[in-house]
Amino acid sequence: MTTPWRVLWTLAWRNLWRNHRRTLIMLAAIAIGVWAMIFLTAIMRGMVDDMVRGGIHTLPGHVQVHHPAYRDDPSVANRMPPPDPTLAAALAAPEVVAWSGRVKVPAIISSERDSRGVSLIGIDPVADDRLAGIAATIVEGRFLEGPADRGVLIGARLAERLETRLGKRVVVMSQDPDNDIADRGFRIVGIFRARLQGVEESLVYAGLETVQRMLRIDEELTEVAVLGDDYRDVDALYRDIAAAAGAQRETLPWYELDGYLGSMLRVMDGFVLVWIVIVFVALSFGLVNTLAMAVFERVREIGMMQALGMRPAAIVWQILLESLCLLGLGLLLGDLLAVLSLWAMQGGVDVSAVAAGMEMAGYGSMLYPSLQWRDLLTANVVVIVLGLLTSLLPAWRASRYAPIEALAKT
Amino acid sequence: MSAVTCAALCKTFQQGEETIIGLDRVDLKIDSGDFVCLSGPSGSGKTTLLNAIGGLDKPDSGVITVAGQRIDRLGKGDLADMRLHHIGFVFQAYNLIPVLTARENVEFVMQIQGVAAATRRARSMAILEEVGLRGLHERRPAQLSGGQQQRVAVARAIVSRPALVLADEPTANLDSVTAEHLMDLFVELNQRHGSTFVIATHDSRVMAHARRLIRMQDGRIIEELAQR
Repeated sequence: MTTPWRVLWTLAWRNLWRNHRRTLIMLAAIAIGVWAMIFLTAIMRGMVDDMVRGGIHTLPGHVQVHHPAYRDDPSVANRMPPPDPTLAAALAAPEVVAWSGRVKVPAIISSERDSRGVSLIGIDPVADDRLAGIAATIVEGRFLEGPADRGVLIGARLAERLETRLGKRVVVMSQDPDNDIADRGFRIVGIFRARLQGVEESLVYAGLETVQRMLRIDEELTEVAVLGDDYRDVDALYRDIAAAAGAQRETLPWYELDGYLGSMLRVMDGFVLVWIVIVFVALSFGLVNTLAMAVFERVREIGMMQALGMRPAAIVWQILLESLCLLGLGLLLGDLLAVLSLWAMQGGVDVSAVAAGMEMAGYGSMLYPSLQWRDLLTANVVVIVLGLLTSLLPAWRASRYAPIEALAKT
Repeated sequence: MSAVTCAALCKTFQQGEETIIGLDRVDLKIDSGDFVCLSGPSGSGKTTLLNAIGGLDKPDSGVITVAGQRIDRLGKGDLADMRLHHIGFVFQAYNLIPVLTARENVEFVMQIQGVAAATRRARSMAILEEVGLRGLHERRPAQLSGGQQQRVAVARAIVSRPALVLADEPTANLDSVTAEHLMDLFVELNQRHGSTFVIATHDSRVMAHARRLIRMQDGRIIEELAQR
């Protein structure tokens, strides 16, 4: 016996509208629930995106290559040669948006007033700006003009600490590979601002070649930073770069370089699922109640259908299809509502009035919701799958009625 | 050839502490094409017997054979198939599906049977015309009178030409004129299509149309009369 789908669909759809008010209330509840799932997820994703992107700018890049001992001891002793032809070929691949070779070593910067421990970073300004976007953060002076630029960029906060300013000279001191003092005087050519105070206080940028000369390391580097297309999808890029870099170098993706950022993203994924399930559980009470009432009101009708020869399985399908219609309509409305409300916010929302101090945690003052198809799909799949599972109980109970008892109901 | 045979059929119901006898060793044989009325006072067992023959209720003991098949041993799904293909039901309260039109109600059984849409439509329109509901096929039950609804129910019961039509108090909610029309229709359908009719009723006007009248009391058959 084949299942009579056509009549089951007809019955499911028309039965849905037998009690308009109840159906509309349930539809509104599902739509608002789905909207809340997607909208709030997009808001939270936007916040995490902002924080991760900020972190990746600071790292910088999605993948970095180092000497294997550099992460334990980030000194010039653990440097590496510039990219060989194999690595250079991998860095020229289309999936690489930008890359930059850098020298990053611990140093002491001294003004005539004070001294501070910092990280001295030698950069090729053109290549590096595509990864870290430093030029856009300059608030006074200028960006470095080339790898041989003899000036230095410091953060506004560091300038305050050192009681120095644009145009003043500072001395930067580190160690060369022979553990001898390597120092050099620099003129401050630019002051930058960063979202994190720590960055503003601890990073000092100078020309790559100038730093290499100061440290007496020829063309050697301490890191190669690589930027891909999307920080959420870096595994293929990571594998290609790691294969090209070989075992004599350590290659790591951003989420391992900055464990906090990586764990934030994983926590966010788990949180999204928990949030969606919590909203669904709240919805499911209404759904079960609606279907239970619908079944209760139609016991006699269900008994009559069984008397006429409808199999119990077809009764189950009829109730499930009714639930599917309700869930489908609710999802459609909820999805539409969420997409429209997020579209209206795509230009960003200024949350500075209520987000004082959020910069400390790495968040910006503008909030850009991030709607991901994966989240939209998860919300829809959870609602449909759990919704149908929840509907199984009233559907199963409907199919268990003995026709003679169901027909006797008034 | 017999359409229905019942042998030593017993059925009891529990009402609190009390055991009520529904059927008490009922033996019955109904031939194909017969027109039988089950009569008797309330609680005599006629509806219980009708439900047992229709596979809606299981006897405690005994044998029921419908269209050559023992139905007292069948499971829920097989009983549903049995009813679908061999039995048409007419209920006292019409029991139409309120969200379907008259035509869709008539087509309902054929849809479950898997009859093609064109055939379904042609048969349902023909049978609705036959029961005097021409032009009313797109009306929903709430838009039809009681008599019209019962005609739709009759059309639904016979449209797929079941071997056996079971009707439980089909005229109970109808006025006398409509009841008479319905009985004329039953007789006509019985004669034209050869379907076996078994009707449980209190109504003497219905009994007057039966070729065979079976009187029941306390779950037993106490009298059988052949008429006309």
